Amino acid sequence: MTMLTPEEIDVLKLSCQVAASCLVLSLIPATLVAWVLARKEFWGKSLFETVVFLPLVLPPVVPGYLLLQVFGNRGIIGQYLAPFGLEFAFNWKGAVLASAVMGFPLLVQSIRLAIELVDRRLEMAAKTLGASSFGAFMQVTLPLASSGILVGSILCFCRSLGEFGATITFVGNIANETRTLPLAMYSLMQQPDTETAVWRLIILSLSVAFFALWFAQWFNRYQKNKRGYST
Amino acid sequence: MIDCQLHIQQGQFVLDQHFQSDQKVVGLFGASGSGKTTILHSLAGLISPKSGWIKLGGQTWFDSAQKINLSTQQRRVGLVFQDAQLFPHKSVIKNLMFGFNHISPTQRQFKVDEIVELLKLEHLTGRMPIKLSGGEKQRVALGRALLYSPQLLLLDEPLSALDAAHKAEIIPFFQKIKQNLDIPMLYVSHDKAEIEQLTDEIWYL
Repeated sequence: MTMLTPEEIDVLKLSCQVAASCLVLSLIPATLVAWVLARKEFWGKSLFETVVFLPLVLPPVVPGYLLLQVFGNRGIIGQYLAPFGLEFAFNWKGAVLASAVMGFPLLVQSIRLAIELVDRRLEMAAKTLGASSFGAFMQVTLPLASSGILVGSILCFCRSLGEFGATITFVGNIANETRTLPLAMYSLMQQPDTETAVWRLIILSLSVAFFALWFAQWFNRYQKNKRGYST
Repeated sequence: MIDCQLHIQQGQFVLDQHFQSDQKVVGLFGASGSGKTTILHSLAGLISPKSGWIKLGGQTWFDSAQKINLSTQQRRVGLVFQDAQLFPHKSVIKNLMFGFNHISPTQRQFKVDEIVELLKLEHLTGRMPIKLSGGEKQRVALGRALLYSPQLLLLDEPLSALDAAHKAEIIPFFQKIKQNLDIPMLYVSHDKAEIEQLTDEIWYL
């Protein structure tokens, strides 16, 4: 196989930049939301849960359009952010926001399941040994939930790499700005005689997804071995 | 020494008890489901009684009338669970050091080596908890609680998950702790013989 063309490198770089920023942006809020859903009971919890998971079941165009209305340059919030130089419409930051909204539920759900699996008595044990609630979370809950956090991160990262509908609705399809892998494929498919180019991008997508999942599997095995589960 | 009046309500379950003792090692005896663990958790500050008080020595840990309710951290109690609850992602030595590292050097009553030797844990320090037998896990849990230099050691049926052989192996350690270390203890069990063997006074639930 020949090496990647400069255009392909740009697309791959932008895709990874968007996906990585999306993950970095989402990780802490998602962990917080996951912890709240796993450990707390409060009035309106099921409503809150529904809102968090809504992007998972909506046609992606809907969140994309809503983002445009809210964070567009004349949007409800966007108009106040624009004077500070924080613009989302039709640039890569908007692509990050769009994929963050779409990937968030996946991240929350994986982390939540992992936290629910941590025995609460281990947290109690940590507290009776002098740890604060936050300390118990950081030293016990989080490390024990780390494989779930990793799986969630990979899902969110890959979801972001594959994000199409919300992105194209919110920020369009602009080369070097919002044209990530799926958008580049879409553009190519609109043109004649591009089969080879499309195939190259498909292989590229497959490779990235394959290695991300493979890494997650490897990490889980490594962690189990470290805790002495297999001999 | 220890004086508590507890009114606890958890859903349908209501518990109303008064206990007092001047003995160093007190046993709490009751059938399963009678609220033994609930009492321990309220002493440890993991749950708050609806009303009453908890006093140890000269300190008041909880008093609903005076609106005093010290946090688990402030009470500095050691709690040994039925099934050890060692941190599975930390080696034995890191488990032992967990509470030790959470208190200031002036609060530390024991040296790590001293406790490791007392509980015969020398050969286990590098292992992960999953590689330990039930009795070994319980010894590590006990060491972990002791190294936190607790003002009160709460033992929640620490032998109930062990078979007869492992029980016999671990009982001498409890007796050693009782004789050598100056820590008030509350020992919970549903085994009459075990509790009579290890404690100076028994509260019945």
